[in-house]
Amino acid sequence: MSEELMPDKNGRFGIYGGRYVAETLVPALEELSDQYELIKKDNKFIEEFRSDLAHYVGRPSPLYFAKRWTELLGGAKIYLKREDLNHTGAHKINNTVGQILLAKHMGKKRIIAETGAGQHGVATASVAARHGLECIVYMGEEDIKRQSLNVFRIKLLGAKVVGVSSGTSTLKDAMNEAMRDWVTNVDDTYYIIGSVAGPHPYPQIVRDFNAVVGEEVLEQSQIEIGKDPDVLVACVGGGSNAMGLFYPFIEKKNVRLVGVEAGGLGLSTGKHAAPLNDGKQGVLHGMRTYLMQDESGQVTETHSVSAGLDYPGVGPEHAWLKDIGRAEYVTADDEQALEAFKELTRVEGIMPALETAHGIAHVKELAPTMNKDQSIVVNVSGRGDKDINTVASIEGIEL
Amino acid sequence: MSSRIKEIFSRVKTENRKALINYIVSGDPNIETTLDIMNAMVEEGVDIIELGVPFSDPMAEGVSIQKGHERALENGTSLRDTFKLVEKFRETNIETAIVFMGYMNTFESLGAQEFMIEADKVGLDGILIVDMPPEESSDFTKYAEERSIDIIRLIAPTTSSARSKIICSQASGYIYYISVKGITGAGNLDAEDVKINVKELKQHTNLPIAIGFGIKDSASASSVKEVADGIVVGSVFVDLIGEGGDILKKVKDKTKELSEALS
Ligand SMILES: Cc1ncc(COP(=O)(O)O)c(C=O)c1O
Repeated sequence: MSEELMPDKNGRFGIYGGRYVAETLVPALEELSDQYELIKKDNKFIEEFRSDLAHYVGRPSPLYFAKRWTELLGGAKIYLKREDLNHTGAHKINNTVGQILLAKHMGKKRIIAETGAGQHGVATASVAARHGLECIVYMGEEDIKRQSLNVFRIKLLGAKVVGVSSGTSTLKDAMNEAMRDWVTNVDDTYYIIGSVAGPHPYPQIVRDFNAVVGEEVLEQSQIEIGKDPDVLVACVGGGSNAMGLFYPFIEKKNVRLVGVEAGGLGLSTGKHAAPLNDGKQGVLHGMRTYLMQDESGQVTETHSVSAGLDYPGVGPEHAWLKDIGRAEYVTADDEQALEAFKELTRVEGIMPALETAHGIAHVKELAPTMNKDQSIVVNVSGRGDKDINTVASIEGIEL
Repeated sequence: MSSRIKEIFSRVKTENRKALINYIVSGDPNIETTLDIMNAMVEEGVDIIELGVPFSDPMAEGVSIQKGHERALENGTSLRDTFKLVEKFRETNIETAIVFMGYMNTFESLGAQEFMIEADKVGLDGILIVDMPPEESSDFTKYAEERSIDIIRLIAPTTSSARSKIICSQASGYIYYISVKGITGAGNLDAEDVKINVKELKQHTNLPIAIGFGIKDSASASSVKEVADGIVVGSVFVDLIGEGGDILKKVKDKTKELSEALS
């Protein structure tokens, strides 16, 4: 089956994806699928979405040639897709702008979301504020500590932050709790999932709303590079910024797609968040995908310096792209990410999010192995302001 | 169909009462005590025991049962331990039906075929995989049929009439009607709504219907028993176990209260 047609009507990407949820939610997901299929062909919706992307988000985001960094690494030309310049500071806003229109179209009054790094929480709270809808954001207690700046932003935007202390108190547990809220309030509540994860149709919806990133790169690379880039690089947590960049290029087999997972303390230590590199197939959060788990099927604790990558699963489409060999998945560990964070900041005056820094770290390795007439586009999925506390505390500095 | 589950429902019918189905988490607070709890429940008239298979991410559970899963995982209880528990229970009991309730990922860790071979061997009667709607049933259905293990299906207040027909056609053992939109331990049971929905559901199936979620005492059990063939009670038992103290006495008293309410 052509990737263009993915997912199939059962929400599957090969064997991955699907809809593994309790019965109460199946009808709600069917309704969401039906409404999405209708609205995505509706001209009024398409116009409103495009207009919001232009005037609220500030799209298109630039494709920036990193001249000094390219010279420093001494290989392929490096271009940065500047999602960090979007309103609210990350790619996450693209998806929320789309989903809030869907929520309104479906007559929902109450918006819920999960968040790890807080970027999706901020993005959801922003669009909820703009549309005057009640908004509740679930966030692991661990992440509330390390992303305190974003917690305060979410509150300023008028949303309620609910701390989650079950399980590992991170993104996966926030998602469990959001699902529990949704099943309880399914009549009036719309759940805006923040990555290409969860039960069908979420992986598809979130991909489609983020695909604008790759679509712009398709055009921009003809102008800036004069041809297709040779390699696309993006960090992978749930996988939305990567999927948004990769999707429009899937049929262009001459373009290599590289996703970078969080290597944490190193793949060999087991303390990481790299299910595509070191996980097994399983079922979590309504989807079949690669999972970090033990032999008895318990989901294991993950580790990453970046809250947004600290997730034991990954979007099912990535699992599929890995299995068919269309995309490659590598890791960058905490230390490499921190080093990359500093390098991009000093060399280009662009401070990336710690999530993004994993992609940047891989470019540092990849670029020198390529020729000067080749090019890499890396998705700068978000800006680093939110991570300043984390970086400072690692350096032993109190702010 | 598992003969045990079938016999239980026909027996309670002739006895003019409703089946009492108790849920606890396997290994909460530890596997030895779970066995004692099961036997204590039997003494006071439980008909079917649903054993929660501990999972790290029990998405459909409220706080009470989440805590039960956490306690069981802290002492390392696995699916294999839970099979052994049933084997042990069967040494002294062949009447009470046992159903495993849990989540896809732990069930799959064994593989569907091996799971059913093991289930058959130890004398398990049915499984209820919360996050396995009919569309995702895969191999479990196939191997369950070969071994007469029942696949208990959920029907929710959100399930349409057309959909519940399909679900009923694939179910065996009994139908588990989720009485509220929500998670286990929810407090918003609306008995009138439940009665209307279950009456409609009965037009689609001859299988017994058990009602669960939000039932915690004789009053709530009595409020819906008229339309039910069985009542499922979970969170309140897991809470009692979590409280500690004389767990067996607490569990016995509660089981007695409920089985009397259903007679
Ligand atoms: C800036 C940024 N990049 C990447 C991610 C990871 O998510 P995804 O893999 O869905 O792009 C996050 C998540 O919070 C983020 O904030």
